[in-house]
Amino acid sequence: MWQIVIVAFLSTAAFAAASEPTNGTNIFAPASTPAKLVAHLSGFVLAITGIIFVVVFTLLVYSVIKFRGRAGDAGREPPQVYGSTQIELAWTIIPILIVVVLFLATARVIHAVQDAPQPPGALEVTAIGHQYWWEFRYPKLGVVTANELHIPVSDPANPTPTFLTLLSADTDHSFWVPELAGKTDLIPNHPNRMWMDPQRTGIFLGQCAQYCGVQHAKMLLRVSVDSPEDFAAWVRGQQQPAVQDASAAAGRRVFESNACMNCHAVGATPANGRFGPDLTHLMSRVTIASGAAKNTPENLRLWIQNPNAIKPGSLMPAMQLDDGDLDAVVSYMETLR
Amino acid sequence: MSSNAITIPGVQINEKPWVDTLHEWVTTVDHKRLGVLYILYALLFLVIAGVEALIIRIQLMFPHNHFVSPEVFNRLFTMHGTTMVFFMGMPILFGFANYLVPLMIGARDMAFPRLNAFSFWLSALGGFLLYFSLVGANGLYGAGNAPDVGWWAYAPLTARAFSPGHSTDYWTLALLVSGFGSIGTAINIIATILCMRCPGMRLNRMPLLAWLNLVMAGMVLIAVSPLTAAQMMLLIDRYLGGHFFDTQAGGSAVLWMHFFWIFGHPEVYVLIIPCFAFMSEIIPVFSRKPIFGYPVMVAATVCIGFVSMSVWAHHMFSVGMNSYANSFFTITTMAVGVPTGIKIFNWLGTMWGGRIQFKVPMLFCIAFLFQFLIAGLTGVMLGSAAFASQLTLSYFVVAHFHYTLVGGVVFGVFAAIYYWYPKITGRMLNETLGKWHFWLFVIGFHLTFDLMHIPGLLGMPRRIYTYEPGRGWDTLNLLISVGGFIQAIAVVIFVANLVISYFKGKKAGNDPWDAWTLEWSTSSPPPAYNFASIPVVASRRPLWDLKHPEDPDSRYE
Repeated sequence: MWQIVIVAFLSTAAFAAASEPTNGTNIFAPASTPAKLVAHLSGFVLAITGIIFVVVFTLLVYSVIKFRGRAGDAGREPPQVYGSTQIELAWTIIPILIVVVLFLATARVIHAVQDAPQPPGALEVTAIGHQYWWEFRYPKLGVVTANELHIPVSDPANPTPTFLTLLSADTDHSFWVPELAGKTDLIPNHPNRMWMDPQRTGIFLGQCAQYCGVQHAKMLLRVSVDSPEDFAAWVRGQQQPAVQDASAAAGRRVFESNACMNCHAVGATPANGRFGPDLTHLMSRVTIASGAAKNTPENLRLWIQNPNAIKPGSLMPAMQLDDGDLDAVVSYMETLR
Repeated sequence: MSSNAITIPGVQINEKPWVDTLHEWVTTVDHKRLGVLYILYALLFLVIAGVEALIIRIQLMFPHNHFVSPEVFNRLFTMHGTTMVFFMGMPILFGFANYLVPLMIGARDMAFPRLNAFSFWLSALGGFLLYFSLVGANGLYGAGNAPDVGWWAYAPLTARAFSPGHSTDYWTLALLVSGFGSIGTAINIIATILCMRCPGMRLNRMPLLAWLNLVMAGMVLIAVSPLTAAQMMLLIDRYLGGHFFDTQAGGSAVLWMHFFWIFGHPEVYVLIIPCFAFMSEIIPVFSRKPIFGYPVMVAATVCIGFVSMSVWAHHMFSVGMNSYANSFFTITTMAVGVPTGIKIFNWLGTMWGGRIQFKVPMLFCIAFLFQFLIAGLTGVMLGSAAFASQLTLSYFVVAHFHYTLVGGVVFGVFAAIYYWYPKITGRMLNETLGKWHFWLFVIGFHLTFDLMHIPGLLGMPRRIYTYEPGRGWDTLNLLISVGGFIQAIAVVIFVANLVISYFKGKKAGNDPWDAWTLEWSTSSPPPAYNFASIPVVASRRPLWDLKHPEDPDSRYE
């Protein structure tokens, strides 16, 4: 039993250390089918609008230069032309045809992205937006985590896409990882769906795109696309109950006798709060505060002491612990692998 | 058509004490004075909201900058957006409509002068209420002062649970009150245009400015009403225990989005159509040709008016509508591009074969055409629901709508001010300062808003008070901010020009641009009664007929 946990932890930790973010947030560097469909469509739309731009721009520049008033024509008016039915018809019908083409190209992609059936091998994840952090639940796997979504890479020959159900606990949010898919909002009382099938492993970055309150800016997202083995190992690790490390008993006592446990859960302990992120496997995450800071002991200590120092407007209160309690809680957190 | 001001020899007009002058302005029901009040009020808010934009840009110059706190930043973008749309854009365009429509259709005033004054003061009260929130909004401990819910104020952020204190109430009341003012003005413009035209001015001889303002006013009537209703529902939610938008009690956040954008999208056409009207008056005069395809221009505008009522949900391509709804709003949105394109082509057709005079108003018009072309094309991209799933809520969309609202509306308003300032004040604006203003503003505008598209494509969401370094956004944001300051310098020159020229500008005379519509037949500034005798017109360009009796327009129409 313990061996499994340790192996799982080591493999996750090794993976986390090995894969510093190599992907940007560029919508033209898609790594997943929905983002690719949109990128292809956008290339087409850009080409057509680009041609329109060049033609009209040239006509404008030409007429401004060619028909500029000259010193010699003072007082004389140019021929007064009132219009032309043929020309009006031409520049009505041609744009209508362009619009029809663009619409058909768009409708095709809308259908392909939105109406894609969910294959049996798909992973289901429920993403819940909270004021300034993300909760991720894997209902079939019994895993709950926060801010860093782990999903398996999808082999086009044998796709294992991830289907997200998007919910909100408070205000509107929007899930946007540009290289994996277009954005979809998380709206209270209005469950949404989206999917992605990343075709290469690595870390993909994104953030909340719908203004949700004071710290909308630091509601960052990390999606870790793992190889099937890494993903399985990560799931095994997350399915374990919290590590019970006797050396951190003091910290655990502080945690459970203060308000911490009202908001945070630690698996298989009395702490069962749901308002803040689940901390059962806190140390398996690379960042804290929804990506606002690296998950280091110093940052953890600063965060518990005064969350506003890292993320002003965060809903976590400063716990006013004395130095001893603070150190104890931090060392407890460090055991939650 | 004798329509100069009547001067009675031997009568001396004594200087009045300033209190009397002030009293006259405050109690005025004259459409010209109200027009000027609207314009001055809007320019004041342009400066205020412009300063807010500059603070926003200072904060975003560098990643992890600490110039303002996140709370202050959120208030700034909310106030900037609300102010620019409701207390700069609408009032300045209503101001021009007020000033110009009666003059251009040969009337002595608006149809309902007192409703006109009432509407202006309601709008003015709205702006005052919005900024009074800075003083009056701190309700509970920890509640902020100015509104911070964004200018579209999505539910449930506006619920009392997330927005304690009174800042959201001031936002709601400001829009509610100014909304009544807008509806009053819209009724007035429609009634004036339909009932007050001078003899001979049939609908198909009306200046395009009057036609376009008629369409604009119709859209205000249809679009502002749902916004007003939604504001009342929000007040009921916040104070009477209603649950329209209260998601915690089963209300619907999406319902608010629909209400807001049923107003919000026609609203952008309410702002841009009067600027189309400026283009349609100014471009012909400086090209020395009549507008190309007058009936088509009218038809295209009416078409925009109708189609733009059915496109609102393209602001909601990320909220999870089904694929049919997304397809529907894609086709309607792209369809609006057709009449809009027709208008651009017709302005081009007007310039084609003309003798273009590059006076400052025309410079702003030419820049408008270039910029509106680009804004229209990025609009087509955003209209494609699938493409928009990446672009919406990003800096790309911020760049797009600033391209329409600055590159379009603000450039259009500058063109109008340079063009009609001589009529309003009797003095010309300084051409040299005007050219400095124009070129600096063009450079600043393009530096800011051309570049602003790129961080959006690179994944930068809007409304973030700071951003992570290393995502390719840093240098771009710095340059965008620099462009903002160049625009600010241009606006300072513009304001200086307005003030200096008022006292020292060259005398304008009745008709400095050799133009063709009725407002240029009366004195500058026009007398209170506009025309000594009501003019009679026989064509779309009455002053052309007067100046060219051998070749009048009336022969061709």
